[in-house]
Amino acid sequence: MIQNLTTEMFIQSVANAISVGSLYAMVAIGYTMVYGILRLINFAHSDIFMMSMYFVFYLITIFALPWPIAFIAAVLATGVLGIVVEAAAYRPLREAPRISVLISSIGVSYLMENFGVVVFSGIQKQFPPVPAFQSVVVIGSIYFQKLSLYMPVVTAISVVGLLYLIDKTKIGMAMRATSKDYETAKLMGININTVISTTFAIGSMLACVGAIMWGLKYPKIEPYVGIMPGLKCFIAAVIGGIGNIKGAVVGAYLLGFMEIMIVLFIPALSSYKDAFAFIMLIAILLLRPAGILGEKKADKV
Amino acid sequence: MKDLSKNASRILTAVALAGFAVFLWLAYKGIALGPYEARIVRLSGIYAIAALSMNLINGFTGQFSLGQAGFMALGAYTTSLLVIPPEAKESLYWVEPINPFVRNLQAPFLVALIAGGLMASFFAFFIGFPVLRLKGDYLAIATLGFSEIIRIFITNLIPITNGPVGLKNIPSTANILWTSLSCAAIVVLLLRLMKTSYGRTFKAIRDDEVAAEAMGISLFKHKLMSFLLSAFIAGISGGLLASVVGAITPAYFRFTLAYEILLIVVLGGQGSITGSVVGAIILSVSKEWLRFLDSGFNLLFFRVPEIAGLRMLVFSLLLMAIILFYRRGLFGSREFSWNSIYRPIAFLINKIRKPKKEAGDDSA
Amino acid sequence: MKKAISLALALTLAVSFAACGGGGGGGNSQGGGGSESDVIKIGVFEPLTGGNAGGGELEVRGIELAHEKYGEVLGKKIELVKADNKSDAVEASVAASRLVESEKVDIVIGSWGSTLSNAGGPIFKENKIVCMGASCTNPNVTNSNEYYYRVCFIDPFQGTVLANYAFNDLGAKNVAIIFESSNDYAVGLKNFFEEAFKELGGTISSTSTYQLDDTDFSSQLQAALANNPDCIFAPGNFTEAALMMQQARQTGSDIQFLGGDTFEVPELITIGGDAVEGCAITSFFDPAAPINDTTTEFIEAYRAKYNEEPAAFAALGYDAYVTVYKAIEAAGSVDSDAIRDALSTIVVPGATGNIRFNDKGDAIINLAVLKVVKDGKFEYLSTVTID
Repeated sequence: MIQNLTTEMFIQSVANAISVGSLYAMVAIGYTMVYGILRLINFAHSDIFMMSMYFVFYLITIFALPWPIAFIAAVLATGVLGIVVEAAAYRPLREAPRISVLISSIGVSYLMENFGVVVFSGIQKQFPPVPAFQSVVVIGSIYFQKLSLYMPVVTAISVVGLLYLIDKTKIGMAMRATSKDYETAKLMGININTVISTTFAIGSMLACVGAIMWGLKYPKIEPYVGIMPGLKCFIAAVIGGIGNIKGAVVGAYLLGFMEIMIVLFIPALSSYKDAFAFIMLIAILLLRPAGILGEKKADKV
Repeated sequence: MKDLSKNASRILTAVALAGFAVFLWLAYKGIALGPYEARIVRLSGIYAIAALSMNLINGFTGQFSLGQAGFMALGAYTTSLLVIPPEAKESLYWVEPINPFVRNLQAPFLVALIAGGLMASFFAFFIGFPVLRLKGDYLAIATLGFSEIIRIFITNLIPITNGPVGLKNIPSTANILWTSLSCAAIVVLLLRLMKTSYGRTFKAIRDDEVAAEAMGISLFKHKLMSFLLSAFIAGISGGLLASVVGAITPAYFRFTLAYEILLIVVLGGQGSITGSVVGAIILSVSKEWLRFLDSGFNLLFFRVPEIAGLRMLVFSLLLMAIILFYRRGLFGSREFSWNSIYRPIAFLINKIRKPKKEAGDDSA
Repeated sequence: MKKAISLALALTLAVSFAACGGGGGGGNSQGGGGSESDVIKIGVFEPLTGGNAGGGELEVRGIELAHEKYGEVLGKKIELVKADNKSDAVEASVAASRLVESEKVDIVIGSWGSTLSNAGGPIFKENKIVCMGASCTNPNVTNSNEYYYRVCFIDPFQGTVLANYAFNDLGAKNVAIIFESSNDYAVGLKNFFEEAFKELGGTISSTSTYQLDDTDFSSQLQAALANNPDCIFAPGNFTEAALMMQQARQTGSDIQFLGGDTFEVPELITIGGDAVEGCAITSFFDPAAPINDTTTEFIEAYRAKYNEEPAAFAALGYDAYVTVYKAIEAAGSVDSDAIRDALSTIVVPGATGNIRFNDKGDAIINLAVLKVVKDGKFEYLSTVTID
């Protein structure tokens, strides 16, 4: 069942796909960075995303901060949260098998959701509106929120900044060294814990930026709000090649486009949309397990 | 200090089993347990079976699979569709009419249960072929993905599964005898299996895949075998669950269900069969026992008001503590033995008898 | 370090044991043998945590409000016993079992979410305990369960009311449907709407689906708007609906939206903002058009206690309690069969209308309220009756 497709509809969809892709990219980077350093799928990342939305909510509604200050404060608070989660749940397991750390991340995720239910209550809240971002722009017959214009820009700046940090600065060099070879990096006098904390802080802060944009676009907050975005962005990171930052961005846009285009071209399949994301994930894993931009690694014996 | 002799252990085991059998009979007759307590025991048995299924593939074969929820869903739906009477089925399908073939399918509960397990294995066969080539995290993601795909298809194949509306009026055949004996049968099966060459091969793959392959073990064949058996057991647990709860919907079988089962396996110890059983019992009993936290309680001198969800918060904190500080779980990769109870007791008795000699040596 | 933590853990456990002794002990002393004791226990079987917590809490508010007003019957105090079913079917079966078999409640109210009601159903039936549903509208809930009743109108009636409104009042001949395919309630409502609307002579121009927790509806909206429908019918959860309407406005469309009773929660407006203006919904009741004295009484009590306008779900929770109360009063005992006999004859003036039951246990209400979102509020439009 293919409907009559007009050029406007197609362009509109492309615009939508770009904004969805930009959102996915911000969160996918967090997954990929942690994986790059610790070889850990950080299941708690989606709940850090959730917590950061509540940070924004309370900073604006209770502390009555103007939005620019609230956003910056929330980003910093989320960075701290990332460091705390790492120190509490992952650092004690540094010498443990990787599976133990993975299980710990599932445990932390479970804990944060239950914490959210008790402290924030299960009733949905509205993400505070910021008209400056949410007003609608019309270009020809294409309509979109101003936010959709900013999102790719914010994502691009963040990615370029992050790549600069990783490629040109000292801490970036330490991060690359740690991700290449943990033991050797340690021997070279790199403080592994600082590097890992920094990675978590950066990943969490980017998740917060993603969460702010997510909240502006889809203004709903509840303790389980992170699960679906988390899963999607995680898929995006794997598709692009987990551990590779450029890969996460490519995977995010690819996933965003695919999701939007499937529903556009074959609306009858829209209820299978999520299945396609997983089918794509599995296809990539089988055909190119390291993802689109990932490097193939040989097993160590 | 001497351990218990083999004979002493055997006698203790026999006494415990006989005691358990008597207890089960009394519970079945409604003497030992009320229906509410019996329900918790029934669910413990089912969780134990689900945990055993995950432990087989994760703990014993070392293949980190998170697809249990999907296999449980297949088992639950197959069993339910076979045991709900045709007229009852027809009245449930008000969204779209039921497929006539599915309507007329009928089987006794035991057959339905096994059919559920086989259905899960059947799908596991097709999933396993491509997926078991992957390792570690990648395998975990791929199996999780397949589990979600199964759920999405169940949600959308309305004439067969009744879609999001789900099924109800599932006969509650699975009483405490069914769940406990199924669990016991699977425990015995796995304990035996681990003593055979297959069991040892599974463990060899877990401990060192490369070395196992160098020894001439066919990795793929054994991984697939373990995966199929694991799916079969998960299917059985799904079928029993459907019968105990009486109503199922696809939404219940989200991937987060696999996390909960994983937490049981971790609690009991990965690679310990008895550990999974004990873990499942502790988990389901403590979840219920902590219910008082939700409804307000007296904490020493303070009255804590009712806070919805406090129970789950405390529960997840306790779980986190176990994950961090007892990460090998209650049993590690060992099985329960009477010596694990006897040794600390003997140690204490020894200490009391010769306090001076042993003083200062509390490092054990 | 490790020792200190073990110690802390042990301490926590010890404290919780002590607490359990306090809390649990209190509960047990009042328990005992249901009908012989000097209190009547009403079980509240609702999701207080998990995805459905929002709806569950509203119903509990209504129930508590009614409990404050009607605290005693047959010379005995009524005690509410809450059990959180966690928005999860297995937890719901355990919670139901706990209420009936361990707490020995005499009668149960709940649950928000037909799935959860279905999981509790067999336990109530097996133990012959009457359960009064408040808002569970799926036809399957009372199907082959003579102990399950409900005070709300069910999907077929709602679908018909909406179809009539769209066809006759809005003059719509051509409707697009976007519904939540993962939700039994929405699937049912969509089917009944479609049937009724086609019977009236209208056409459904397109149908697309979304799932719970979806956030982007741009593709579905494009597909729907491509056929220039007169309005969009979007049954499903309120958060997704609010986001969908926002996204529709962002494409420059001012199309009319229609929805069911699940839309009537404050969150639809707080999340959707200006975009949900003009959306028409069916509801059980409206403060602006009191149906009887109970409505007025309920509204005043609710405003006084919670300092906000009552939602329909709170009204249904209130009605479920009042109905149970009146039934016990009429039966003269808490015996389930006596209560069922009473329910088959009584007419209860509830906040949402005069409630009586058919032989399936569904409330016979041929009255629904249509509302429209205006200036950030649900505004009363009209009361519809259908034979």
